[in-house]
Amino acid sequence: MRALPHIIRKEFRQISRNKVMLPLLFLMPILQLMVLSYAADFEVKNVNLVVVDLDKSSTSQRLITKFTASDYFTLVGSFESTALAMQEIEKENADLILCIPKDMAQDLDKLMPVNVQLLLNAVNNQKAAIASNYSLQIIHAWNTDRFKDMTLPPGVLPLTVDIRDSYWYNSQLNYKTFMVPGILAILVTMLTAFLSSINIIREREMGTIEQLNVSPITKFEFILGKIIPFWIIGMLVMSFGLVVAYLLFGITVSGSLFTLYAFLAVYLVAILGIGILISTVTETQQQAMFITWFCIVIFLLLSGLFTPVDSIPEWAKILNLFNPIKYFVEVMRMIMLKGSSFMDIRHHFLVMVGFAIVYNVMAIRSYSKTSG
Amino acid sequence: MKEKVITSNKLSRKFGDFVAVDEVTFEVSKGEIFGFLGANGAGKTTAMRMLCGLLAPSSGSATVAGYDVSTQPEMVKKNIGYMSQKFSMYEDLTVKENFLFYGGVYGLKRKAIIERLSMMLGLLNLSHVMNSLVGSLPLGWKQKLSFSLAMLHQPGIIFLDEPTGGVDPITRRQFWDLIYEAAYDGITIFVTTHYMDEAEYCDRVSIMVDGSIKALDSPENLRKTYNAASMDGVFQELARGTSTK
Amino acid sequence: MKQYLAFVKKEFRHIFRDKRTLLILFGMPVAQVMIFGFALNNEIDNAGVAIYDMSGDYESTLLQNRLNASSYFFIERECESTDCIEESFRQGKARVGIIIPHNFGKDLLTGQKPEIKIVSDASDPNQAQVLTSYATAIILSHVRDRASVVQQAPVVNAIPRMIFNPELKAVYMFVPGVMGFILLLVSAMMTSLTIAREKELGTMELLLVSPLRSWHIIFGKVTPYWLLSFMNAIIVVLLGITVFDMPMNGSVPLLLASCLLFSLTALALGIFISSKANSQMTAMFVSMMGLLLPTILLSGFIFPIENMPIVLRVISNIIPAKWFILIIKGLMIKGSGMSILWKPISILAFITLLFGIAAIKNVKPRLNQ
Repeated sequence: MRALPHIIRKEFRQISRNKVMLPLLFLMPILQLMVLSYAADFEVKNVNLVVVDLDKSSTSQRLITKFTASDYFTLVGSFESTALAMQEIEKENADLILCIPKDMAQDLDKLMPVNVQLLLNAVNNQKAAIASNYSLQIIHAWNTDRFKDMTLPPGVLPLTVDIRDSYWYNSQLNYKTFMVPGILAILVTMLTAFLSSINIIREREMGTIEQLNVSPITKFEFILGKIIPFWIIGMLVMSFGLVVAYLLFGITVSGSLFTLYAFLAVYLVAILGIGILISTVTETQQQAMFITWFCIVIFLLLSGLFTPVDSIPEWAKILNLFNPIKYFVEVMRMIMLKGSSFMDIRHHFLVMVGFAIVYNVMAIRSYSKTSG
Repeated sequence: MKEKVITSNKLSRKFGDFVAVDEVTFEVSKGEIFGFLGANGAGKTTAMRMLCGLLAPSSGSATVAGYDVSTQPEMVKKNIGYMSQKFSMYEDLTVKENFLFYGGVYGLKRKAIIERLSMMLGLLNLSHVMNSLVGSLPLGWKQKLSFSLAMLHQPGIIFLDEPTGGVDPITRRQFWDLIYEAAYDGITIFVTTHYMDEAEYCDRVSIMVDGSIKALDSPENLRKTYNAASMDGVFQELARGTSTK
Repeated sequence: MKQYLAFVKKEFRHIFRDKRTLLILFGMPVAQVMIFGFALNNEIDNAGVAIYDMSGDYESTLLQNRLNASSYFFIERECESTDCIEESFRQGKARVGIIIPHNFGKDLLTGQKPEIKIVSDASDPNQAQVLTSYATAIILSHVRDRASVVQQAPVVNAIPRMIFNPELKAVYMFVPGVMGFILLLVSAMMTSLTIAREKELGTMELLLVSPLRSWHIIFGKVTPYWLLSFMNAIIVVLLGITVFDMPMNGSVPLLLASCLLFSLTALALGIFISSKANSQMTAMFVSMMGLLLPTILLSGFIFPIENMPIVLRVISNIIPAKWFILIIKGLMIKGSGMSILWKPISILAFITLLFGIAAIKNVKPRLNQ
């Protein structure tokens, strides 16, 4: 183990010489946290509404006002026909067309039910569903309001319920608290995976690895010497990210920091193992980077960071069992948001220990000082 | 009879159907400058890589410093220095940092490394580059530094793979002075080259053509045997010999 | 022209010699489109509900059945207290809790407006909101249907109709996004890495001292990748149609032209990156940081752009994938024609031109060095 400190010192020297990488390491967390946490917002806050009012009565006007008075809808135009309004949907200027039929007010006065049509742009399926639900609630509320002012004939009843919703664990529906832990996870993963996977290939392309291969350095020392510097960088970047998260968004870790770092420590070893494994089986930086990229993109999009993973098909769930990023994102959220304890994440922890061992054993085995 | 530090017995290496090194047999004594000559692609580097424990032989055997290269490659590595054809210092580290790193890998103490480095740089008249980034140095200097690096842990045997490739004649001359000094100190030098004039500097030379050794003797004897004025003539004679066969 | 063709041939030979890179170039996009097309899904499907029914009468049972019958929810647990709802949340079994008050049936049928509570596990706030809104809609429509029991006061009923995607399929949302995302990244990264590699290995200099004109070199390097990217685009579009049942309602030539344009955009980006980066590692990092995340985040691929703060909305306009995704959605799903699509197409062309000029401007001084 004599050679180990020397390898580590050398790696740090090289990193500190790299004028592109070093600022990236510390600028990225800030930039990404800022951009990502503002961008990654699913909440439907603004539905662009187009109205086709064929009734033109004070009643229809009141219904429209009910829509525009809510925070969700913005009136962007009114048209004389549905066909004209449809063009706005096609141009993506409108999300919803509210079509009020002729004689709506008259029919209501005659105690006849009236159907208004909602035309929704459903290319974005989720937004359409939510906008439709918002509209149903607004119309329901409008109906209920009307009953209050009316004296109904005997035997006629306003049949209605009152719905109250409440959100637990995150009553403000602050999605940033949800996104930030996951983003930190991704950030640390991408940095360490790339740095490690490129590292050995680079030594090979530069010819320096040959000089190491004729030295008495052991395989174990070599791999460990490659892992430790990036492991330290990963720990530092995560700590820096946590500070940034606190300063920018006031997000704190509600669980134990120790548990968080314990998991991170094992996780980094696993990720670095994958990175080094990739660099031992590829020949050029280009191949290494593409394979790393491929793995990261798949792991990333299936990690549950952006989209829920409950509704993915069964085979993808099985694939996801081997996705280290998924475990890390989950654990980050559990510890940071729900304050889960070590016992709550022990399953994740054990799986990660398994990954760390398997990938690193594979990396050490596939790295050979003697070729052929 | 001097102690044999390198022995090779029918050492061979195949890549698929291609036989890069074909049953090569020779011995090198302690303190000898042994030249390994041949055109590009004759199998010199492959043979050397096997001797250094970088490449496993397909068949045959070899020992270096008393250790078998196929079964004890790591023990071989402890006892040799190696300078590869491809420049292999970290360009983004300084000279001192490179030496500290490689020295550390061989388990040398920091103080000892710096002492030895200062001494070696002094001999090379390169003391002023101690703290320069390697990437900023001219090629000739880098080659001399690589040689010093291979000598850093004071190995008994040094393998030099095309050490003078691409450098000017004056630097080459200086480089050979370094090799002589090392040999004078009792270090065995195993050097590959395709410069025939450099062969004159060796104690013994082996000439490789198409993966096998066609001639092995001192430069003087070789010139006599082949009735040539220079080693270049010897080589041409040999090359002609194989092409007519 | 002859020189140029010779050069293109040489580049093609390079690409086809390297089987691994070829596999990456074609295998990866296909694999990714398949995986994401199937796996990226935001459809709500059988979310667990913990129900706390204080009333337990006929009307509340009907409401429960209605919830259970919907494809969005199933009743995971019948609770006797709010604590029990929280417990199911913590165990991750239920995501929504519904509390039905005492005397629900009686109050409903006498016009007393009973109060139903919907609680949700908002540790995932987006999901919580979507689920709450679905549950609300189901309850309201159930109540409306019950109106036939009594003589209901006259109401306005809303009849929603989903245009372009009546089944609310998630693939309509994600497949165009995946297409734009993968095409851009594979092509841009490929190009930037190849050029950075030539620089690193020093072979670029060899080309520069040759009698080839500088534009010959750039276009020669890029033409094969352009054709390959275009082929990739076609493969990805065909996958979308055959595997994911994407419709093809618009003009096919226009779609091909858009793909050709977008491949060019990706190449221009790639050259631009490589003109700035002098090692493969830097090129890769810039592609990752400068392309991957912004494209995922700001192209409307996953996250709706209209929700973003104004700064990000402005930035999103320079993300080429945003416009390509708009064009693909317009062409394939909506069947729009040039009258509507001229805008995103010309913007995409403009961005391409901009990056192209920037790339050539940046490469040239290096060439003359």
